Amino acid sequence: MATPTLEKEDAKPEAGFADSPYITVTFRIRRFNPEVSADAVWEDFQMEIDPKERVLDGLHKIKWEQDGTLTFRRSCAHGICGSDAMRINGKNRLACKTLIKDINPSKPITVEPIKGLTVLKDLVVDMDPFFQAYRDVMPFLVTTGNEPTRERLQSAEDRERFDDTTKCILCAACTSSCPVFWNDGQYFGPAAIVNAHRFIFDSRDEAGEQRLEILNDKDGVWRCRTTFNCTDACPRGIEVTKAIQEVKRALITRRF
Amino acid sequence: MKIHKYDTVIVGAGGAGMRAAIEATKRSRTAVLTKLYPTRSHTGAAQGGMAAALANVEEDNWEWHTFDTVKGGDYLVDQDAAEILAKEAIDAVLDLEKMGLPFNRTPDGTIDQRRFGGHTRNHGEAAVRRSCYAADRTGHMILQTLYQNCVKEGVEFFNEFYVLDQLIVEVDGVKKSAGVVAYELATGEIHIFQAKAVIYASGGTGKFFKVTSNAHTLTGDGQAACYRRGLPLEDMEFFQFHPTGIWRMGILLTEGARGEGGILRNKDGERFMEKYAPVMKDLASRDVVSRSIYTEIREGRGCGPEGDHVYLDLTHLPPEQLDAKLPDITEFARTYLGIEPYTDPIPIQPTAHYAMGGIPTNVEGEVLADNTTVVPGLYAAGEVACVSVHGANRLGTNSLLDINVFGKRAGIAAAEYAASHDFVELPENPEELVVSQVERLRDATGAERVAELRKELQETMDANVMVFRTEQTIKTAVEKIAELRERYLNVSIQDKGKRFNTDLLEAIELGNLLDLAEVMAQSALARKESRGGHYREDFPNRDDVNFMRHTMAYREVGDDGTETIRLDYKPVVQTRYQPMERKY
Repeated sequence: MATPTLEKEDAKPEAGFADSPYITVTFRIRRFNPEVSADAVWEDFQMEIDPKERVLDGLHKIKWEQDGTLTFRRSCAHGICGSDAMRINGKNRLACKTLIKDINPSKPITVEPIKGLTVLKDLVVDMDPFFQAYRDVMPFLVTTGNEPTRERLQSAEDRERFDDTTKCILCAACTSSCPVFWNDGQYFGPAAIVNAHRFIFDSRDEAGEQRLEILNDKDGVWRCRTTFNCTDACPRGIEVTKAIQEVKRALITRRF
Repeated sequence: MKIHKYDTVIVGAGGAGMRAAIEATKRSRTAVLTKLYPTRSHTGAAQGGMAAALANVEEDNWEWHTFDTVKGGDYLVDQDAAEILAKEAIDAVLDLEKMGLPFNRTPDGTIDQRRFGGHTRNHGEAAVRRSCYAADRTGHMILQTLYQNCVKEGVEFFNEFYVLDQLIVEVDGVKKSAGVVAYELATGEIHIFQAKAVIYASGGTGKFFKVTSNAHTLTGDGQAACYRRGLPLEDMEFFQFHPTGIWRMGILLTEGARGEGGILRNKDGERFMEKYAPVMKDLASRDVVSRSIYTEIREGRGCGPEGDHVYLDLTHLPPEQLDAKLPDITEFARTYLGIEPYTDPIPIQPTAHYAMGGIPTNVEGEVLADNTTVVPGLYAAGEVACVSVHGANRLGTNSLLDINVFGKRAGIAAAEYAASHDFVELPENPEELVVSQVERLRDATGAERVAELRKELQETMDANVMVFRTEQTIKTAVEKIAELRERYLNVSIQDKGKRFNTDLLEAIELGNLLDLAEVMAQSALARKESRGGHYREDFPNRDDVNFMRHTMAYREVGDDGTETIRLDYKPVVQTRYQPMERKY
């Protein structure tokens, strides 16, 4: 380990904030406002920006300095709240977790709404069907019998079993990257299955069978074609496809 | 315009709002109005844990927790409220576990606990393991668990509804709550929610600072709505600056990093907290650590070419420990700074984090119209409220606790009130204020831009009322805020539409921030002492003779329409603990 000193910095500029000139970047944004026109159009915006800033910072620069009508959702700005999933250069990402330097700013950066959900205005989509699918899988702990006085016991290993799927922030990046979901909005989609997984594999829960039956439906897990788009899209690094496979396996073996 | 009628209306769907909703929905017809989808709330950004003296890993009890909370708040805490907080903490954590929250576990399978700033064994002897946690995403787990249980209980949400006005009606000389007025983002429609009981749980106001851990949406909407209707705001001068925000960005890096053994170092590699807090060192209370960091920077021991930050050093901790206990914050360092925390220290600076002050309430969550008078039917809980359990400085892990304890209390109290009371008749034209506000902004043609005014506000707040304050700097801020409020009248927006008009909402949010910034600065100017998060270089000592009291700020409108702030004071509730000098 190196103790941080000034000398060290002289030798090696601090990562992330070395002197870097602003660069000129073009954002090519899919615009849609039914109050103005029934058609969606592409619109280009140019700006000077530090490439270490986020795509969200670029969108704010446009909204705050050029065009106040540009509309998108955002809140925490550091990848926790799940508001700003969008399609950036053809890939689902969070605008606040994508640095401009990491997506080839020498070419126009395309920004579109996520696919498979109705676009309401610019980058804002109707999230209600997404949350409905989530609600349909019983995304809550179900237990029977008398409640213990203290906490329920759970071993560290049992806790670890479903750790990955507890990380979900419901941003819809996975579900709206899934070709099956694009073609058939009835499919539960990866995010709902991830949240079912989180409870099916929780040793404290007693409704695994019910959730599995829900997902055994024609619009359930069997629709998954294992394209791994969801895993690639997840900004939290959840192994989404693996979680779906584990649910499929549990359906066959009835062991979980 | 639509009119809705509910027994209980909850404004905000973060931790406090959803905890209240779970209770209120069981007892009354309840609606939750939230400007974001519930899981977007900033509770989800909380990391380190939730304090409760479970004593799962070492000896602990709620009395020690009460003492730490009182001392941490520099004796401005109402001690009866702190005692409730610490006592009910244990059930609050167990409630969450039973709702499904996946806490980290001990080898015995019980909830694991870790150290956190200002939490001590036996009144300050040494750090104690009191924080119940789920890696460094405890807030995320709480938000998800509460939302899951809202789904289970069938809580009714109105998503992307902005509450812009609080309806207060005077009945027989008593100010009562009649409901709220909301703006629906999707359509631009105005909605009146008539309600027997209203609970504010709309969060903080950190966005009036530039470097802040707060979300873009934390603009003090609930505080502003109540304040504009003549209700007081308590202790607004007390704002917490969290020691470890990512340099320049302000993104939070949990105190849990120091709880796990992380160390703060200056440019010489020195563990400087040993000088300022010999016992607790890096785990002294946040106000103490933030001041120490800026003292190092001011005395030329800051890091980087401009010497404007220090380091959070985790490099001596095993990578497995970082992966297991601090996975999110180490990823933030990689994503936003390109730094590998296994091998390199992380540049940090204090970041505006938490409003200790807010809408005054008693321990049942009932909002106060003055020092003692309750506003029937009006409640508040969480960061929007001031009970006061945090006094002049909140301890880490006490906010996730606060939202659960007082969210639950407010939810029960409001629903029980609704069950035994009738609706208060709506005032004539209840939508009037909101309609005029919205139409004025939509029709405005002035030259001022929202983003420019907000930037200037944030810059003056950072420069003048942050960790160190003097009469001169606060006056500079007061004058600048007055100028900005004047220019705000000349603001215009570009989006004139009804559908998802976030341009309009940002303008309204800026108005809220300006009102609250003014209250904060005026309250700070009048408090000629240093206490907790409020540090006056011209009055560096705590003054218990003159200032052991809460500030109560009221908006007054003169006959000619001029607005002024009237400051009054409220006594602190002291029970067990006499004020002592605060050392860590």
